[in-house]
Amino acid sequence: MYLGILSNLRSVKHGRSRSCRDAMHCSEMCVEIQSYFSKWNLVRLHSRVGHALSPPIACPRSLALKLPLPLLSVNSKYYSIITERKKFYEDVSISHGEGGMFEINLDQRKLKTPGGKLFTAPNEALAIAVANEWDTQKDTLKFYSMHMTTLCNTALDNPTFRSKDQIITAALKYLETDTICYRVEEPPSLVELQNNEWDPVLNWIEDGYNVVIGSSTNILGPEIPQATMNTFRQHLGSYNFWSLTGLEYVITQLKSVVLAFALIDKHITVEQAVLLSRLEEEFQIGHWGNVEWAHDVDLYELRARTAAGALFVHFSSESSTVKRRLMQD
Amino acid sequence: IQSLSSPLCLCQGILRGIRAIKGPEYKHSLAYNYVLDQFCKKQITGERYCLAQEEALYASHSYLCLLISTRQHMALYDIYHGKGQHDTEEMAGIVGLRLPAQPGGRAGRSEGREKTLIPHQRVVKSSRWT
Repeated sequence: MYLGILSNLRSVKHGRSRSCRDAMHCSEMCVEIQSYFSKWNLVRLHSRVGHALSPPIACPRSLALKLPLPLLSVNSKYYSIITERKKFYEDVSISHGEGGMFEINLDQRKLKTPGGKLFTAPNEALAIAVANEWDTQKDTLKFYSMHMTTLCNTALDNPTFRSKDQIITAALKYLETDTICYRVEEPPSLVELQNNEWDPVLNWIEDGYNVVIGSSTNILGPEIPQATMNTFRQHLGSYNFWSLTGLEYVITQLKSVVLAFALIDKHITVEQAVLLSRLEEEFQIGHWGNVEWAHDVDLYELRARTAAGALFVHFSSESSTVKRRLMQD
Repeated sequence: IQSLSSPLCLCQGILRGIRAIKGPEYKHSLAYNYVLDQFCKKQITGERYCLAQEEALYASHSYLCLLISTRQHMALYDIYHGKGQHDTEEMAGIVGLRLPAQPGGRAGRSEGREKTLIPHQRVVKSSRWT
């Protein structure tokens, strides 16, 4: 399917961008995220350091903060969200903590979340994935490349103080403007491409979950029946908080509930999901050409984030046991 | 999923990704030992169809995608991302201007005009700036 899409791209006019359609969904999240980070900015106005290991540095009410580490050398004049800092450790290892959880050790110190809590992962696979992210950093720590760590921090801290129901509601809002439900009427080749690539996934989810979604060329999008919403709400309610955090993250990245479900249910791979999400952009790239500093950067970042989200959901929702069979003499 | 690679290709791909990140000492890393252990463990089954094996293959494929995409994204980021704001002197130097040695300058004139390198404009020599 992947190679088939690339071979079918033909020259046409401009279509509708994926990103502009979902600005309304981003706005609520942006307000919450801005308020979250504004607290950390207030902290940094007083301390000018963000440190993952110190005791509650993230309390906005605390003004007397310790400065155990050297100040940042990058952008020290401007108070902004810290995205890079100097590497301050050599070795990364994991250890068992309380309640069967796993902890990350940077040299001799335990990793903490931005909220000041002790960083714990529910299983070894997730802990090793996070440890590997910290281990791969070179001279500077690039937090924007540590997607698994970010997801774990979000699940542990819950900085926007959302309950499971609120996360489910936010995730299902994307269904009303799902990417693969929004179709164009022209050019004909793009219409054909959308039908060929998006219809199979839509049919799969409608058959598999016994729901009605449909597609639309209307600017308001398809009418989603309440029964469909209830079915998905019930299904999402079966996930635990960590898995739900990851699933909502995948939905937000792909701008599609249908594609996220297809990915998590292992019907499509990460590359296929990203390609289907960016179908219109790939179509325009095929006609107008590829701009490496925009298109490729967007593509690889989206793939990395989506892969991290899918892995996070997989690790958070699995539980594995080993049963040994007795050898018979 | 039909498009998933074979377990051997996935395992080799992940280990290659770890080696590209860690360098020659990749065999001592946590991820290397864990990945090898998982791939060996999932083979030991007498069942004809093992769900755990399918899930492990899928997780491996996703992890390989994560490793490759992160590396490629960071490579492009290092090439194209802005390096931050230059200071005033560097910015002036980029367009061929020089900062004044003392503030104020001559009355009725701006400091930069006398040092512009635009050919059609007359360059006025001033003893203050030589």
